[in-house]
Amino acid sequence: MSEIPDNLYYTKEHEWIRNDGDHVTIGITDHAQNALTDIVYIELPESGMTLEDMGEFAIVESVKSASPIFAPLAGEIVEVNDALEDAPELMNESPYGEGWIVKMKLDDMSALSTLMDAAGYAAEIAE
Amino acid sequence: MSHLFEFNGAEGKGYSQPSPIMDVSKLKLPGSMRRESLPRWPRVSEPEMVRHYTWLSKRNFGIDTGFYPLGSCTMKHNPRVNEAIAQMPGIANIHPHQPESHLQGLLSIYHEMQEMLAICAGMDAVTLQPVAGAQGEFTAIRCFQEYFRKTGQTQRTKVIVPDSAHGTNPASASMCGFEIIEIPSSADGRLDLDALRAVVGEDTAAMMITNPNTLGIFEADVVEASQIIHDAGGLMYYDGANFNAILGWTNPGLMGFDAVHYNLHKTFSQPHGGGGPGSGPIGVKAHLAEFLPSPIVGKREIESEDEHLYAVDDCWYTWQTPESTIGKVQQWHGNAGAVVRCWAYYRRYGRDLKTMSEHAVLNANYLRHAILTKAEEAGVTHMFVEGAPINVCKHEFTISMSPAKESMGISAMDVAKGLLDMGYMAPTVYFPQIVPECLMIEPTETESKETLDEFATNFIKVLQTDAEALHESPTTTPVRRVDEVYAARNLILRYEMD
Repeated sequence: MSEIPDNLYYTKEHEWIRNDGDHVTIGITDHAQNALTDIVYIELPESGMTLEDMGEFAIVESVKSASPIFAPLAGEIVEVNDALEDAPELMNESPYGEGWIVKMKLDDMSALSTLMDAAGYAAEIAE
Repeated sequence: MSHLFEFNGAEGKGYSQPSPIMDVSKLKLPGSMRRESLPRWPRVSEPEMVRHYTWLSKRNFGIDTGFYPLGSCTMKHNPRVNEAIAQMPGIANIHPHQPESHLQGLLSIYHEMQEMLAICAGMDAVTLQPVAGAQGEFTAIRCFQEYFRKTGQTQRTKVIVPDSAHGTNPASASMCGFEIIEIPSSADGRLDLDALRAVVGEDTAAMMITNPNTLGIFEADVVEASQIIHDAGGLMYYDGANFNAILGWTNPGLMGFDAVHYNLHKTFSQPHGGGGPGSGPIGVKAHLAEFLPSPIVGKREIESEDEHLYAVDDCWYTWQTPESTIGKVQQWHGNAGAVVRCWAYYRRYGRDLKTMSEHAVLNANYLRHAILTKAEEAGVTHMFVEGAPINVCKHEFTISMSPAKESMGISAMDVAKGLLDMGYMAPTVYFPQIVPECLMIEPTETESKETLDEFATNFIKVLQTDAEALHESPTTTPVRRVDEVYAARNLILRYEMD
């Protein structure tokens, strides 16, 4: 069974979003890293990039496939996890911890409530 | 006896070079461009070099060594008569710079091939320039783009692809600057017309479809899909990767497509594998002909005595540039050798190519049936499911190893590696991506019933192998299981001398 922490928000595109007060942290879920298998490369965005809702900001490559990562909500990227450049396997080993991808300042923090909670995501991937 | 670079023992060399034509000290090269040490050519004699390459060839696996059911790749036999014709001096020894008068033989082959390819796909004009299927896709989408520019429809910015498409389709359209709209397939693995209707509009430039699709299923609704796209003002692109299943029975023109690429290295028996050389001509309907890349071969009446001397037919073949050409997509005239071999194949079989595709489909259905039957007899049906619910397939079929992965830890990759130990090339794995743990099997028309029966038997034997043993596979190949993750994370693209 995939791990789905209770304190996070989720998207259908298998990303998790953590509310850190003035910004959010974004990564891919345990379910996603399992499905992707071993991640070998990530193309990371620059800090300062502004994104529309569902804007593509990174590409994750595994032995099997290449998959885009989307911004769950509109906002600006304020920090990028550069460690992934040399160690993309962190997304496999610690998807909710060291494997985080970016931090974003959202245009509207209250829009977070439109995302799925853990129970909603569990139901989504059970389908 | 192993590696050319490691075999560096005795002083001396097995090659000779002419002396430099001028005194080296007179060369005024900037210091930064001078090499500091001599190149490290392998110090091997001719027999040692021959042994090196023979040793390499013995580690090779190809269609000439065994059954090669690599789905989507159409690894068919390459008739040797093709080689005999391609190696005739008048074809093999010409240079693209030679004048047209020296090239009439080759140009006549090109011209006939353009016409034959146009006929079999229901198209009006053909270019032989692209050297791969994906380059054909790019070329055709560029032609679409110029067509829309010329007709003032630059608002058409979106290209629709089904989620079962070859990855090259969205990649080619994206390289041309189009936005990609992916639509989901229906539950039975076919086009979902409702999903298509939901995304077409004034911004629709094109739709790209493979038919039969990558699950080996014929898209029965393809004519209706063409209608929907055409009603919206868009164009239809046919990915010819699976043309081997329908050649002579129907064609993309009848299905409503505006452009198509041919994989000469699949359908028309150009040898391929290991990167080429491929050939991916495209055919288009008349409204797109003016945009094709140049040159294409046209013909006119013979105009002079001189031409009479050189002509091979009662006309003069000549390079032509289409009026609104997108330009060149390849140096010279495409992969001429591939075009000639495939022309030879096409001429050899002619209308019998209809039987070829019939047998390709028959073989795929026979093998699918043999695997399902033998799985039942052996009691291993719980290990896999079919990639799509079908009664019959076309030239290939898919199997999902998901049940075995979940209950026994046996993945599609494990089965593929187990098949290597049985002396086969593995089927395509993990494609199409809509089938989890996918094995994609395409036997082609060139295999006998005995080969298919034996493969089905051995396939079941692999499924009966215990998981632990299978995780060790392959054990009989020159290279054991490759650590793909390590290889992808630590790219080494050349031999490192030190």
